[in-house]
Amino acid sequence: MTTSRNIPDRLRSPLEQSLKSWESLLFLVAIGIFIANSFASPYFLNAWNLSDATFNFTEKAMIAFAMALLIISGEIDLSVAAIIALASTAMGAAVQVGVGTPGLVMIGLSVGLLCGAVNGYLVTGLGLPSIVVTIGTMSLYRGISFIVLGDQAFRGYPPDFAFFGQGYVWWVVSFEIVLFALIAVIYAIILHMTNFGRAVYATGNNVTGALFSGIRVGRVKFILFLLTGLMSGVAAICLTSRLGSTRPSIALGWELEIVTMVVLGGVSILGGLGSIPGVVIAAFVMGLVTFGLGLLNVPGIVMSIVIGALLIAVIALPRLWSMWRTH
Amino acid sequence: MKRRTFTSVVVGLSLAASMMGTTAIAQDNMRIALVVKALGIGFFEAAAEGAEEAAGELGNVEIIYTGPTDTTAEGQIEVINSLIAQGVDAIAISANDPDAVVPALKKAMDRGITVISWDSGVAEGGRQMHLNPSSTDLIGNTIIKLAADHMPDGGDVAILSASATATNQNAWIEAAEGFLPNYEGVNLVATVYGDDLSDKSYREAQGLMASHPNLKAIIAPTTVGILASCQAVTDAGKIGEINVTGLGLPSEMAGCVDSGATKSFAIWNPIDLGYSATMLAHAIASGAEAAPGAEIPMGRMGSVTLDDTNSAAMSDPFTYDSSNIDQFKSIF
Repeated sequence: MTTSRNIPDRLRSPLEQSLKSWESLLFLVAIGIFIANSFASPYFLNAWNLSDATFNFTEKAMIAFAMALLIISGEIDLSVAAIIALASTAMGAAVQVGVGTPGLVMIGLSVGLLCGAVNGYLVTGLGLPSIVVTIGTMSLYRGISFIVLGDQAFRGYPPDFAFFGQGYVWWVVSFEIVLFALIAVIYAIILHMTNFGRAVYATGNNVTGALFSGIRVGRVKFILFLLTGLMSGVAAICLTSRLGSTRPSIALGWELEIVTMVVLGGVSILGGLGSIPGVVIAAFVMGLVTFGLGLLNVPGIVMSIVIGALLIAVIALPRLWSMWRTH
Repeated sequence: MKRRTFTSVVVGLSLAASMMGTTAIAQDNMRIALVVKALGIGFFEAAAEGAEEAAGELGNVEIIYTGPTDTTAEGQIEVINSLIAQGVDAIAISANDPDAVVPALKKAMDRGITVISWDSGVAEGGRQMHLNPSSTDLIGNTIIKLAADHMPDGGDVAILSASATATNQNAWIEAAEGFLPNYEGVNLVATVYGDDLSDKSYREAQGLMASHPNLKAIIAPTTVGILASCQAVTDAGKIGEINVTGLGLPSEMAGCVDSGATKSFAIWNPIDLGYSATMLAHAIASGAEAAPGAEIPMGRMGSVTLDDTNSAAMSDPFTYDSSNIDQFKSIF
């Protein structure tokens, strides 16, 4: 620093900024839920049980990271769960003709990418609204799966394919949680440390402004759709491996849980705002809540109500707080 | 800064995890989880009632009645994981997918939990035994007997099935034909197919009445066919002349039984099914061996003998008539 500056680096100190951030609030919620769970059920504080609990959210969270970037850029992809179904069906069909594990992984990833490319082309190439496009492709992709399979199932996956969804890297640390952490780090770097990440924020904040600043907005969005498709392919591999079979109803309804996770993580549904650490904590919050309630044998429908209430509460709380302070 | 929050989550979780061993929990009760396809389905609520009845008889048994919100395998796996975490003694499951739940159930068995399936089975590797509500032979015999019971002098009967390729129905009809010689004077004059479509079944039933004027009974081993036949017989004004019977749901058949078009019909009883599944889970969790040929008791329902695939059939389908239809029509 050779020149002196008149403008302060930050308006608030880093510590203050971090303490007042969405992530800290969410982190406190996560801690609270963790403590409440430990008191509510004697089975919660057990390494194996906690490890099992992570399977409730790891696959969804992998997609949520890519979805977070997409939503920050001002678009959305509701076809992610249907991509899982189609990718899983393609892998199942490949198993029937004797394709091995490496081939299956390639097929899963390729189908994901291809579906993402179709979404991306329809949105950026033809300029259609993403919510409409992906509601359409949601029916399309799962529809193909239903036509291929009907009420049948693909099974007979090779034994080594089971590692992705059922394998453990070390002690209670599953392959899925390691992959989850790795993907989280990659997406955090992409979003928070690269030019591309800045372009994503810029696109979401002000498309016209971004365009005039020389950002190739269409290309940014197309890449984000590709990434979301790719992550759906990754999730399809993990989930198919965990289930050991494919039915067309696989991952039904996941798209809304994934969007919930992203929004709970502090990503603005209007675009332009959000962070990967927020989504990571949100994934843990949702996983801990469902697992904790599951241990108490709370029916699933009540869990949905709790998750919904949590979402509204966590989003409304800062708004209520600022309203209370200004009055 | 933001990354620091992320790190602390991971550190916090791993710290917490490392401080925990397996918590041993003292328990007096044997806890049996009845896992169903989805909560809020009358058939399964009735099964849970049967499970509670069994628990009451056994004493020291706690029933955990649970299942996902919708009929998905992923939902059931989450439920199974939470049951494994709670260290229940036994899981009795009606599976949404015979294959997808196998890895989760294998894990349960690895951790010492007794696993059986009932109603909708699990592939062999994922359970210790499977309880079918009934067997092909028992159903085949029952549907003929239902008709014969109300034909003391014998007469003509016809079968109205689902589609010609329906595996279940074809097996039942074949078994029924095998039992026919046991019922003297009962002649099977035709087998027709309504494809499990209401209108087609209705027309096929009309056709049967037209071409066989001496018809005494229509046997429909399908819930769609029996209802359509009952309607056709009612519309033709032949209540009392032709008895419609077979396999039906009490909620749908109540009107037919009230009008007299159907004297009796059969289907498995979900209460008995939940009761038997609980009894079997309790027996195996208490040390009974589940192996081919083994005979396992199930309280008031007698006992079952396991076949080569460790499967067994509970009993004859349960018969419903005017004496009990009101009790069951609200259940399923």
